[in-house]
Amino acid sequence: MRHLLSAGDLSLDEATLVLDTAKELAQVGGRSVKKLPTLRGRTVVNLFYEDSTRTRISFEAAAKRMSADVINFSAKGSSVSKGESLKDTALTLQAMGADGVVIRHGASGAARRLSNWVDGAVLNAGDGTHEHPTQALLDAYTMRERMGRLDGLRVAIVGDILHSRVARSNVLLLRTLGAHVTLVAPPTLLPVSVAGWPCEVSYDLDEVLPKSDVVMMLRVQAERMNDAFFPSAREYTRRYGLDGDRFAQLPEHAVVMHPGPMIRGMEISAEVADSPRSTIVEQVTNGVSVRMAVLYLLLGGSESGIGN
Amino acid sequence: MHAQKHADDGDESRAVLEGPEIDRALTRIAHEVLERTKGGADVTLLGIPSGGVPLAQRLAERIERVEDRPVPWGSLDITMYRDDLRLAPARALGRTEIPPEGIDGRTIVLVDDVLFSGRTVRAALDALGDLGRPRAVQLATLVDRGHRELPIRADYVGKNLPTSVRESVTVLLKEIDGRDAVLIGPAKPRAGHAGDTTVQSTHAEGDNR
Repeated sequence: MRHLLSAGDLSLDEATLVLDTAKELAQVGGRSVKKLPTLRGRTVVNLFYEDSTRTRISFEAAAKRMSADVINFSAKGSSVSKGESLKDTALTLQAMGADGVVIRHGASGAARRLSNWVDGAVLNAGDGTHEHPTQALLDAYTMRERMGRLDGLRVAIVGDILHSRVARSNVLLLRTLGAHVTLVAPPTLLPVSVAGWPCEVSYDLDEVLPKSDVVMMLRVQAERMNDAFFPSAREYTRRYGLDGDRFAQLPEHAVVMHPGPMIRGMEISAEVADSPRSTIVEQVTNGVSVRMAVLYLLLGGSESGIGN
Repeated sequence: MHAQKHADDGDESRAVLEGPEIDRALTRIAHEVLERTKGGADVTLLGIPSGGVPLAQRLAERIERVEDRPVPWGSLDITMYRDDLRLAPARALGRTEIPPEGIDGRTIVLVDDVLFSGRTVRAALDALGDLGRPRAVQLATLVDRGHRELPIRADYVGKNLPTSVRESVTVLLKEIDGRDAVLIGPAKPRAGHAGDTTVQSTHAEGDNR
């Protein structure tokens, strides 16, 4: 049994298989019976150590549409608040016979640690500031649906790159899929390691926008900041927020994405967020299809269809 | 997978049906469908990927030629409903395309290339049930090779082909393989058994259980 821990583990063929599978599974959402019998009798545990609405609900909806049994576990009000370690929680899940574990954890690398302790497939649903591979897959899916291709697409990822697992996963996956990524952020919100990432880096949003097919805005993750990274929210918005004027600089065909949750008026203006060229709501819909595809490919067969 | 199949075309496999015979069988099936459905006003043809899809299209063309009106046709992927999913690595999905008329209240003719154990058809019936409620479901197959494992029979058969369980039956179609033929050959490893590591779906008979 294999896992989905990092978007960088996927080959071009595997990533394309996930996207193609998701495309077929997207039809299920429009049927009278929104359910497939494929994962009947399999148990998927949602192990969430961090607050999450859309990712947890999305994984839950995906698993239920595939007929898997879903057990939700959140750290609040569980044995974790009594002091149980991740390993002991993992062994408990193992003993209960979980076929798949979806984990969201505040510590980078938690998903990989967990994969050493359980037999079931581990799906990383966000580990600290490290990775969030299914988000990158659903972003790539959304781009492919909107733009018709990924190869050669110019993607700008703007905002708090330092604390963003979405940015790292997107950079790795989009590189595999042939897109060109430019990260745009104030120098204080870029990780030190960014020089080694397969992407361009810019500090100037206005210069990057006219050359972008896709702009992905990221939320400033105030909850992970115990330092002053920029003088004020207003100044951040002035230099890195996507407002109507900046939106007008984009090419006609360009789309705006946001992994959510977004702060209107901070990194994105309400006018842009509600524009028909914003894919924010589509991303949520596509997230369910992509997670169904990942669950099917990891749990549906005798061995995983990806990650081998 | 296809490469392996073509390798089988050599001395060991022999053709039991060639292009013109397949054409004639399909023309006959088209007429039978019209007769049995009294003109076929509410007929929708659904091919099971991959081999059944071009066959459904060809049947639709033939019916259209006779009746001078278009017949809705599409494809119905059954991968997610298979009973042997856990015996093989996760497979790539085929396409499901239901024509805009939908399936509620219509006479659905399922089209497949080879009818063997009947398990594919069982899966297709389950898939149809989740899509809606057809008035009736019928089954057309180019080749019926026997060895049913479920109480399922075809309404329209291109050719009954008595085979041994160990033999393999392969249908080649112009749209996929460049030529039309039905080949019978020695056994190939079954999907889900050692040696089959592909995640590609295939219309080779060995998978069509």
